[in-house]
Parts: sequence; structure tokens; C-alpha cells
Amino acid sequence: MSAQHPYHTDDTAFAVRAPELIERLRAALPEHALVIEEAERRAYESDGLSAFRQLPLVVAIPESEDQVQAVLAIAHELGVPVVARGSGTSLSGGALPHPQGVLLSMARFNRILELDPERRLARVQPGVRNLAISEAAAPHGLYYAPDPSSQIACSIGGNIAENAGGVHCLKYGLTVHNVLEVKLATIEGEIVTVGSRALDAPGYDLLALVHGSEGMLGVILEATVRLLPEPLTKQVLLASFDSAGTAGDAVAALIAAGIVPAGLEMMDGPAIQAAEDFVHAGYPVDAAAILICELDGGAEEVRADTQRVEALLREHGAREVRIARDAEEGARFWAGRKAAFPAAGRIAPDYYCMDGTIPRRHLGEVLTRIADMGREHGLGVVNVFHAGDGNLHPLILYDGNRPGELEQAEAFGARILELCVEKGGTITGEHGVGVEKIDQMCIQFGDAERATFFAVKHVFDPPGLLNPGKAIPTLNRCAEFGAMHVHQGQLSHPELERF
Amino acid sequence: MTSDADHSRELAERVRAAAAAGTPLALRGGGTKDFYGHPVAGEPLDIRPHRGVLSYEPTELMLTARAGTPLEELETLLADNGQMLAFEPPRVAPGGTLGGAIAAGLSGPRRPFTGAVRDHVLGVRIVDGNGAIERFGGEVIKNVAGYDLSRLTVGALGTLGAVLDVSLKVLPRPEAERSLCLELAPGELFARVERALRDGAPVTGAAHDGERAWLRLSGAASAVDAGARTLGGDTPLDDSFWGRLRDHALTFLADEAGPLWRISLPPGSAPPELPGPAMVDWAGQLFWLRTEATAAQVRAAAAAAGGHATLFRGGDGTTPVFTPLEPVVARLHRRLKRALDPAGVLNRGRLYPDF
Repeated sequence: MSAQHPYHTDDTAFAVRAPELIERLRAALPEHALVIEEAERRAYESDGLSAFRQLPLVVAIPESEDQVQAVLAIAHELGVPVVARGSGTSLSGGALPHPQGVLLSMARFNRILELDPERRLARVQPGVRNLAISEAAAPHGLYYAPDPSSQIACSIGGNIAENAGGVHCLKYGLTVHNVLEVKLATIEGEIVTVGSRALDAPGYDLLALVHGSEGMLGVILEATVRLLPEPLTKQVLLASFDSAGTAGDAVAALIAAGIVPAGLEMMDGPAIQAAEDFVHAGYPVDAAAILICELDGGAEEVRADTQRVEALLREHGAREVRIARDAEEGARFWAGRKAAFPAAGRIAPDYYCMDGTIPRRHLGEVLTRIADMGREHGLGVVNVFHAGDGNLHPLILYDGNRPGELEQAEAFGARILELCVEKGGTITGEHGVGVEKIDQMCIQFGDAERATFFAVKHVFDPPGLLNPGKAIPTLNRCAEFGAMHVHQGQLSHPELERF
Repeated sequence: MTSDADHSRELAERVRAAAAAGTPLALRGGGTKDFYGHPVAGEPLDIRPHRGVLSYEPTELMLTARAGTPLEELETLLADNGQMLAFEPPRVAPGGTLGGAIAAGLSGPRRPFTGAVRDHVLGVRIVDGNGAIERFGGEVIKNVAGYDLSRLTVGALGTLGAVLDVSLKVLPRPEAERSLCLELAPGELFARVERALRDGAPVTGAAHDGERAWLRLSGAASAVDAGARTLGGDTPLDDSFWGRLRDHALTFLADEAGPLWRISLPPGSAPPELPGPAMVDWAGQLFWLRTEATAAQVRAAAAAAGGHATLFRGGDGTTPVFTPLEPVVARLHRRLKRALDPAGVLNRGRLYPDF
């Protein structure tokens, strides 16, 4: 998808009468819950994917469930699109406004309604920030496990809509593994609860279906999440390697030996350099790759695992392994990784963060091909990698003020995603499809799957008003994308079965 | 032993023909869980010939196999590589298949500690009710492209599609494992396990057989030893308990006379106040009950605690097996069924009688 034209004409063919919509919303909401003036609407035109901009027709910022239902009822009656937004940190344009629609900000739903330390659960409103849950749970020795890098800002509603991940997914799972129950408002004006505080619920697993549905099935009103006891002990190791391939093999060796680290992150040479220049974490800047490995659990277990991990890393080609002597040094090992995105921001005016996932065994080859593609597009790239779960974040460096560079970055990014699909992976591990990767959905899925996606969408949202034009491409869009793609000769391996 | 073979096309063709003719199909793997759910009238569609492991990468913690593959075969393969299915699917009788485990969606004693069946499903290939073969999810742990149809098939009892292939996240087998028996009441189990977990004990099973509590510790040998020292209790001579609990081979669960209720409850719930003997699993979140109480009484007690009750086996044929759904949720279910199986030919009525 291109930043210039995020929406397909199919997705903007609603017959919306703005004056009537605004009049009806004014009658249903207090004055301060509506943003109508263009200058003020500007503040909402982008989410975390700032290259994409779209002014909404109107912004609603309800304060109560009744008001949310009222907005949805009006939208349903008048046939108006609705885009729900939490903190607006989506990296895929999932919360990009619709030109004919209401941007429904859930920002005022920011209360923790219940925190039960005995049962280890919290019931929260959708606008509550991810980190705020862990902060509230901390006095009880508990935390909420999924930790997307935007956790200071991103909301739990958005986390559920995108099935957000983080650096601890291999051991502690994604959002879908840590949410027990979700209350949704449907576009048809009903409130429905899916999931259960029990470990299962009768009927179909609608809770799983809601996760990662990118706001297209319902508007989240409330979520009950599971809390975990803070691990008693943590240990962090930092290993350096002369090639990314060797580092990848070392990861495979750890997993094969039965180690399930709490976190296992890789950075390539350019990422190490950028991070070191930025935060001075003491990284070995001459290494081709580093691995950061976090182990957690009871003291005995962590001690035993640390010894095994150190030995395995050395045995599999690490030229140096450092074991953090204390929590402070462990935090320093992490500092560079956690600052990798802003560090990329220092070495180029703009960067474009990709989110493909690959089976780990292809890592060496994929990194080589990404470097080759970067040369072809004339753009630099730094790679950070959730090595435990195969989720790769190449950061494509570009300068949006130079004519043509954004287009080159988009074309380069699209090729990376196609490479991930070719290697048996996926176009998005944790950032979602949104508008950004909607064309690549035509490569990952065939017509039959997309027909089923639309059928599922229709189950929850018969008039198709919730976040239209995101995540699931129409037949027309895929036909046009396919034609364009073949013309440019970029569709690699046309003989492969695409799904 | 039958040989591995790909029967996707034949299975899809059978479903297509059935949809065209409006002939209901009864999907069947090993038939080991025929008792579960409502009986289905339909032409049998045997999935077992579609069997075999398609890919297994121990270092990726990932396995893909065809639905007809026997669970025993998968677990042997995994054990040979020091790995396991951490959701511990019950093998209630020999011959159960992977597809059956996915369709039933039943998880074993590890459930509260390492997750359910659905938590380990990475992707599926299915035949939908139109006879179309579709693939959702994939072979990687993180994947948010498209709606999560793979997890939706788990526990759907074959009503949304015939599962062809499944990709699963597998986990390393623990280095050491030990069982402990403690003298405490069923109602005390949850709090005791919580304390142990917060003390860092690697608990992976917590049950009560009506007389005493059973705890299982798994992990690094040193951690298991440390946990066992903290917890105290006796080490039983025979720890086949966990396998028999998982496979419903304990007499209490296996007895086919009379109804057996499965009651799933929120963490820390008091045992439901219902007459009759009970067994407890999942650190107090799963109750198995033999009772003279009516279905309405059992369901009311479960609902009052925030849970739900399933007439797991021994039903009278008229009592709904699964807790009736709220009207809005029920409507979404019927629509989903229509979306994936418009002709209503796949295991019609097995989950809920009206679809």
C-alpha cells in the first residue's frame, strides 16, 4: 500500500451525509466529546505509522459505554464507517482514520476497574496503558506479561485488536494468551462478553477470534487480563558473534537443548553500532551479531540454566559471553536493544519498521538477501530480531524529504515481506496488517481464505462499517495489486502455492 | 500400521459433494471421544487415512502433521527428541488422532501452567463446509495476518471445518519431574499452589483425588528439588497418577455408568456446593463431579461462581451437553456456522443441537 493512497476506492464508497451525522452525534454526546473543527481533527490524522495521513470526518471521544453505543447506533443507522482507536500507536496504520468516518477515541476509558491479587487478574477499560497494568500490579509482586515496545503509551484495547507481542513471547505468549475475557460493543448495538475468567468457555473460541481482528469485529469496552507473579530471579547474558548465521545457529542450539529463555534478542552489526553510539551500552561494535538472552524463574533454575546457556553459546561459536554481574549490568545489556528504534532514528531522518516472521533456520539467508535488496534500493537497513520466536524487525533507513525515497522504502519493505512469506513465514508477527501490509495479504492468502475472512467479518459486522479498508483486501484490490506486481516483474517465485 | 498419505483432495471432494446434495457428514478420527458432545447423524467421514508428519523442526519448537496422525505416534516422535505436547491432550482410548484432539479442544493437567490446546496451535489447513481447502495461521509463533481462524477450529468439534493439517508449538520435556502428595482439602488447593508458584516452585500439575492433593513439579533438577523441599508432603511410590488423570483412566473419570460433569471455574473459586463425589484438577479450576443434582442445579451453581458446566459423558440425550449460550453469543455462533458451513453438513448439532 502506498502512503499517498491508503484507501482503495472500494473502501470509500459509503454514502455519508456529514451534516446529518454531526447533528446526530451532537445530540448524543456532550460538546467536549466531539472534535469537528478541521484544525483540531488534524491531531488525529495519523497513528504510529506517520507516513500515512488521513483526516477523519469527525472525532468522537465518548466517556461512557452508553455513549459508545450511541455513536455505534448512529453510525449503523446512517451507514457511517467507525475507526476505534486507543493510544494511536499502531505501526501498521490500523488506527488510521477513514475519510468518510468517525474516529472513535477510547482515550477516556482509562480506568483499572478491578485488581484481584489473589486470583491474579485485572479488569480494565480499553484505554488503560499496557504498562499501567503492570505498575498497578507491582505492589502485589505481579505483572502483565505482554510488553510491546510501545508499552508506556499503547493501550490494552489496541493490544487486543492487534494481538500485540513483545520481547517475552516465546515463554509468556502473546496478548491472546494473557487475556481471559473481553466485553465488546457490536455495530448492531449489542454488548457481548467473550471468553471467561475460567480457563475455557462454552462454544466457539470467539475470544481468540477477537484478538488481532484490528477493530473490525467490535469495539472493545473492557478486558480482564491474567497477571503473573514477578519472577524471583533474572539473569541476562550478552554473547557476540562473527556472523549472524552463527548467532542463528547458537539460538537453534539453545532451543534444541531444551532452554526456553524469557527473552532472546538478536541485533546485527549496523544495529549494534547505532545503539552503541546512542546509549553507550558497552556493546562489542566489531561484532557481526549479538544475542541478548534473559533467563528467569526460581534461583536454582536460573543458576542451572545460566551455566548451560553460557556453555552452549561458547560451544556454538560465540567469541565472547558476558554474564551480568548485577541487575544494573543486566539493564545495560538491554538498554541498547530497547533503544534500537530511536537509535535508528538518529542515523537517518526517517526509518520504516518491518515486522515479518520467519522460521528461524532461514535467518542467515534472509539477512543476506535483505542486505542485497537494500543495496538495490539504495537504502540502509538495520536489523533487530526477536530470535526466540523468529520475528524480524528490519528498520529501513530513508529520508522522506528526498524525492522518491519513501517510495523506495515502501518497495523495499514490500519485498522483505514477500521474502518472509516465501520462507514459510508471515508478513506480520505483531504489528498487524492495517493499511500498510494489506497488499501483501494478497500474497499470503488466496481467494478462498479471503472469502472466509469476509464471511467472518460479516458475522460480526454485516454492514461492514468497522474499520473498513484495513487488514483484509478486497478481490478488486488483490486483482489490481497482482496485475501491477507482475508488470513490475517483482512477484518472486510465481510457481509457489500462495496462502 | 497404515502408511502416510495425503487425502486432502478426496476429503474436500466428499465435503463438496455432501454440501451440494445436502447430505450431513459425521467427521470421525479414532472415534475415541464419540461420547463427547451430541450424537451426529450423518455419513461417516473417516479422517484417519489422511495421516503423517509433514514437518518437524525440533529447534523451531514446531511440528506440522496431518489430522489423521495418531496422537501416540506424535508423542513418541516428540519424546525421541526430548520434546512434548505441553497441552497434554487426553488419550481416553488408544487410536485418538491429532485432528480429534484439536476438534475436542481438551487440555490436560498442565493447562493452568503452560496453556491450552488453542495456545499451542500455530496454524491449520481445513476443508470448509463448501469443500474449499484453506490455510490459516502458519508455522511461526508470532503471526497476526488475518483473523485467527486456526484457534477458532479448536474445540469447535468439527462444526466449522474438517481439519486437515495442524501446526503446533511444542516444548522441551522437563529435565526432571516429581510428584508430591499433600493432606489438604480441595478448597485449599488453589491457595497452596499459588503460594508455591510465588515461591518459585515449578508446579505443572495440581489435582485432588477426593482424598489427598497431588502436585507435580517439572523443570531443572535443582529447581524441582528445591520446590519439593519447600512444599513438603510425601513422594508417592507410583506417580502414574498424572498419565491416568490426563487420559481419564482413573476409575472416577472412566466409569461409564451415570453422568459425569465437567465444571470449569474462575481461579480461587470455592468448590461448588453440589451433592456427590468430586475430583479436582487445574489447581481448583476444574471439577469433575458425579451427582444426582439436576442439570439446572449444576449449571446454576457453576454460573453463580462465574464458570460453566459440561455434561461430559453419560448424558440422557436430551440435556444439552454444553452450557447454553447467551442470546447474542448464540446468534454469532449460528452466523459463524453459516459462514463456514452454509449447507450445514459438518457435524451438525454435535456442539449445540440447533447448528
